[in-house]
This record gives sequence, structure tokens and C-alpha cells, in this order.
Amino acid sequence: MKELRLMKGNEAIAEAAIRAGADAYFGYPITPQSEVLEYLMSEKPHERTGMVVLQAESEIAAINMVYGGAAAGRRVMTSSSSPGISLKQEGISYLAGSQLPGLILNVTRGGPGLGTIQPSQADYFQATKGGGHGDYKLLVLAPSSVQEMADFAKLGFELAFKYRNPVMILSDGMIGQMMEKVEMFPQQARLTEEEIIKKYPWVTTGKTPDRERNIITSLILDPAEQERHNFRLQKKYKDMQENEVRFETFDCDDAEYLFVAFGSTARICQKSVQLARKKGIKVGLLRPITLFPFPSKIIEKLAHQVKGILSVEMNAGQMVEDVRLAVGGDIKVDHFGRMGGIIPMPDEIVTALKNKIIGG
Amino acid sequence: MAEAFANELIKKENLVYEKTKVLTDKTLSYCPGCGHGTAHRIIMEVIDEMGVQSETIGIAPVGCSVLAYEFMNIDMQQAAHGRAPAIATALKRLMPKKYIFTYQGDGDLAAIGTAETIHACNRGEHFTIFFINNGIYGMTGGQMAPTTLPGMRTSTSPYGRDVQMMGNPLKITELVAQLPGAYYVTRQAVHTPSNVRKTKRAVRKAFELQQSAVGISLIEIVSNCNSGWKMTPRQANTWMEENMFPFYPLGDIKVDGELVKK
Ligand SMILES: Cc1ncc(C[n+]2csc(CCOP(=O)(O)OP(=O)(O)O)c2C)c(N)n1
Ligand code: SF4
Repeated sequence: MKELRLMKGNEAIAEAAIRAGADAYFGYPITPQSEVLEYLMSEKPHERTGMVVLQAESEIAAINMVYGGAAAGRRVMTSSSSPGISLKQEGISYLAGSQLPGLILNVTRGGPGLGTIQPSQADYFQATKGGGHGDYKLLVLAPSSVQEMADFAKLGFELAFKYRNPVMILSDGMIGQMMEKVEMFPQQARLTEEEIIKKYPWVTTGKTPDRERNIITSLILDPAEQERHNFRLQKKYKDMQENEVRFETFDCDDAEYLFVAFGSTARICQKSVQLARKKGIKVGLLRPITLFPFPSKIIEKLAHQVKGILSVEMNAGQMVEDVRLAVGGDIKVDHFGRMGGIIPMPDEIVTALKNKIIGG
Repeated sequence: MAEAFANELIKKENLVYEKTKVLTDKTLSYCPGCGHGTAHRIIMEVIDEMGVQSETIGIAPVGCSVLAYEFMNIDMQQAAHGRAPAIATALKRLMPKKYIFTYQGDGDLAAIGTAETIHACNRGEHFTIFFINNGIYGMTGGQMAPTTLPGMRTSTSPYGRDVQMMGNPLKITELVAQLPGAYYVTRQAVHTPSNVRKTKRAVRKAFELQQSAVGISLIEIVSNCNSGWKMTPRQANTWMEENMFPFYPLGDIKVDGELVKK
């Protein structure tokens, strides 16, 4: 029987993490994501599954706790919102450099600085282009519903371990705070230490006589060796581009124009598609589900079909750069966005399409 | 002649000391005379004697001992500068039966990692912190550390540490000892055989406490940095005894959860 629940996005991902067999969660309160930690604490996951939940002294400590647990092959998650995610960047870079899996949720709010607690998508660059120091990529999932908040907890852990790479769920204050119907998957057992050691031979769980010691580090002082390490990382990102691109299309078959939007903005754009079509404008929507790897190929394909593309984002124009790179310059590509925590209305998006793409 | 004499001596029945197998055969990267090597050896010997190599995970810091995992023949993780106690927190909570330790310098533990140190101690995490206090930043070339003595010259306090301008040295070990989560806090040294013996006893006690889950144990080892101090190893040890020990007195600070009355 289906288990349907009415939950906030932040609660759904917390519940899903427990059910996905998470071993630990470490976090620090910040609006609009504090419900993740609050929900986990109230659920007593140590009684349900043995999962460790701890309120850390800072986001810096929390991400390093993820590092420690991940290095022992555990499924570990942290969550925060924009200012806290900035603090985590050092640790995220270390996770990437040391090739450790870890799940990081950003329930984005407006910025820069302390900004506002309202939803935003202004952390797109930070999430998809690196964020911390060094050449690395996160695998970035962008949920656009409470259901996806739950589903991506499970998927995120799977991908993080598949590639030994940190995965970020780039959500926003709207998805985190809104309540929706969500179908919960059944409880998955946590792996035992024996299973972990068998599955992941690289873990630091104690050097047994049958193997050499395991070392988790991002320090490789020899430049030639460091370059080889970088090539290995780049190969991984290329594999992700080949195997993990996820997207969704709406009304694209006969589309003459295209919206590209992710997360909550994609939901608003679905309404904009309906409004525009009532006025006789044949517009479709492409929703990238993975922001890295970015669905460039499908955008390139649709660029041969449509006359223009509007990238709709709650920021000053970030994803539009990736859309332009995918399109390659043959058709008009522009950006429409609201900033500072303002959520765009469906009709203003249609107006922007008319002014910036159709009329322009 | 010399070779024959050596062969005569190198016999099993003459063996009085052997390097523990819990140290690798890699040549130490530390300056000759530096206390880091001795501290490594003592900790690894205790792990060997307790027979817990397969249950011990160490966290290396950023500092001269960043490559500790090259020398310690156990599973290890390398931490971002100052973050080792956060990493150890997660490890110990996820694997409470294992022996977990961090190995950190004074810059790592008492400057950039102060928050992680204090909060791990305050939560009473059940791991062990080895804190190598050499009063200077060794790795980056001898800059002022939070533990640099008043008046002490470093490359960033070239006229001596002016406490009016640069603040006083931080006695973080005494500070940590005040926290209810700290169960065993002691300050030792490793520059003489008797100090080595005392430190080794402290290391063993700290490791044994991990199984009773009573709180954190922190062992400060006041050590030399002859390169950073610009002294010969012998001068450095004398200078350490004459200047560091009066400011950082050796001995137990907190035992069995009780502050030691002086
Ligand atoms: C975030 C960051 N800041 C600065 C550094 C540079 N750095 C490397 S080691 C070090 C100081 C180490 O001193 P200490 O902890 O006292 O250890 P020692 O080398 O003396 O053993 C610094 C500042 C770094 N690696 N990372
Ligand atoms: S620089 Fe100082 S702390 Fe570093 S190895 Fe040399 S003597 Fe030891």
C-alpha cells in the first residue's frame, strides 16, 4: 500500500534520509531549512534505525563531520541555507579532493550577505561551478516538489557513493517550506560495518591484518601526481555528463519558444506555458533536474526547433550562461529573473517572453 | 673489522628494542631533533602494546604533521586545518567501539580550530586529542602561534610578541580542562627518557578511557621547533625547559573528571 503523507519539503527530505538508510546527519540551524534538523531530532532516528543526529557548533564543523563519517563509508548528510553553505565550501572542496561521498542540501535564500530568508536561486553558480577552491564539480540535483525532496535524498546517496563524490540538492525556500502530498518509500536498512567494508574497500574503519592501511586525504604534493589525480576527477565528471543527465520537458513537441527553468521556478513556468498557449504562443518548458551535469544536448536539440529561449531564474542570470553555451548562438537566448526573495508571477514571465524573445 | 663487530652484535638474543610495526618504514620528514617524531612513536607503541591497530583511526592535521599518515601504520584521515575534532566527533559517534584520536599542532588546535576543539571537548566526545604545542607555526616557516610566549621572536613577531598589540598566549589546555566534558587533561613533554615514559603512560590512560565513554581526553605535549626557533636541537630543548615549561607547566591538569589542585 502507498504511504501518502502531507509534509513540508524540509520534513520530507529528513524523513526520506532516515528511510534511505542514512547513518548520520549533522547540521546547524538557519532559516529556511531548520525543520530538517528539528524533524530529525523529534523523530529520534537513533531509536528507529540507529542513525546519529547531532547539532554541530557551526556549518564548518557539520561539513567536517560529514567528511569524517563519509571516510568511514557511512551515508552522511548535512543541510543548510545560503550563508551556511558558503561556510561549508572549504569542507566541500576537501570532500571532492578526497573523493568522499556526502549529501549536502541547500535550501537557498536570497543574498548576498545575510540577504533575506525568502526563496532564491542565486546559488546556482556556487553549486554548479565549484564553489570552493580547486577544479571540482558537485553532482547537483534540483527538486521542484516535496516529492522530489524525498526521492532525491535516496538518489543523492546512491549517486554520491557511485561516484565517490559529494552530491548537492539545490532546493530553495519555497520547496523547503511548502506542504504537499508525498509518497514515502519504505524503510531501507542501514548497511552493517561488514557490508560497508565489503562494498567500499577504501574506508577508514581500522587497518585489519589482511590489508594495507587506508588513507583519506586530498594532499598530493607532487605536481605530476596531483595532475594525474585531477585527471581522474575530471574523468569522473565526464562520466557523470554521459550517464547522469536528468531533465523533464513540457509541451515541447510543437513549441516555437522555450522556457528553461529549474526548481520552484519550473513549476511557475508550467503555469506560464498554459497562459501563453491560451494567447496562441506555442511555448514549451525544459526543466533541468541535474544542474551538473547540465542537460546541454537536449537544449542544443531544441534550439534547432524553437525561435528563442528564455531562461527563467530567481537570480540575476546564472543558468542562462549554460543555456547559451548549449545553444551556441544561432537563436536568441535571454534571461528573466527576480531577485532578493521575490518569486516571479506566471504572467510576468509570459510578458518577459513577449518583450525579450518574441518581440525583440 | 667494524662489520664483523656489528654482525657479532646483531643477534636475536641481544635485541633490547625494536621499532613498532605500527610505524611504517618511511623516513620521518621532521627536522632532526623535532619532538613530532618521538610523539608519533610513543602513540604508535601504545597502540601496538594494546593490540588495537585494527581498531584505531587517526586524524592528521594541517601543520608539520600533515603527513602523519605516512608514518603511522593505521587507517587515517587528513583533516582541513583545525577541523580534526569535528571529523573525530563523527567517527567516534558512528563507531563508538573504535579508538579515535586527533593529532594537532597549536595553530591547528588553538587558532583556526578553536571552535571545533572547545565544542568537541564540551560535548564530552569520547576520543583523544594529542596537542603538540611548540609555540610556533612550524610548517609555514615560523610565524607567531596562539601559544607563542610573550616577547618571543617569530617571523610575524620579529621584535618579540608584544602582548599589548598581539594579545597574550592562549592556555587552551587549562581552558578546556574547565569544561565538564573533559575527563582527562594533562601536559607532558617528550625530550627526555623520563618524560617519554610519563607521556606514554598518559597516552595509554587516554586510550583506555575511550572504552569507558567518560568524556574527552586531551594530552598536550610541549615540544620544540628547533627550525622555527632558529636553534640547534640541544639549544631548543634547553630553551624549552627554561622558557616554555614555566609558562606551560608539565603535569596532570584534570584526572578522572576532577581538576588537580596545585
Ligand atoms: C585554511 C588554511 N589556512 C592556512 C593554512 C596554512 N597553514 C598550514 S600549516 C599552518 C600552521 C601550522 O602550525 P601548527 O598547527 O602550530 O603546527 P606545526 O607545523 O607547528 O606542527 C598554517 C597556517 C592552511 N593550510 N589552511
Ligand atoms: S619545522 Fe619545527 S615542528 Fe616542523 S618538523 Fe621542523 S622542528 Fe618540527
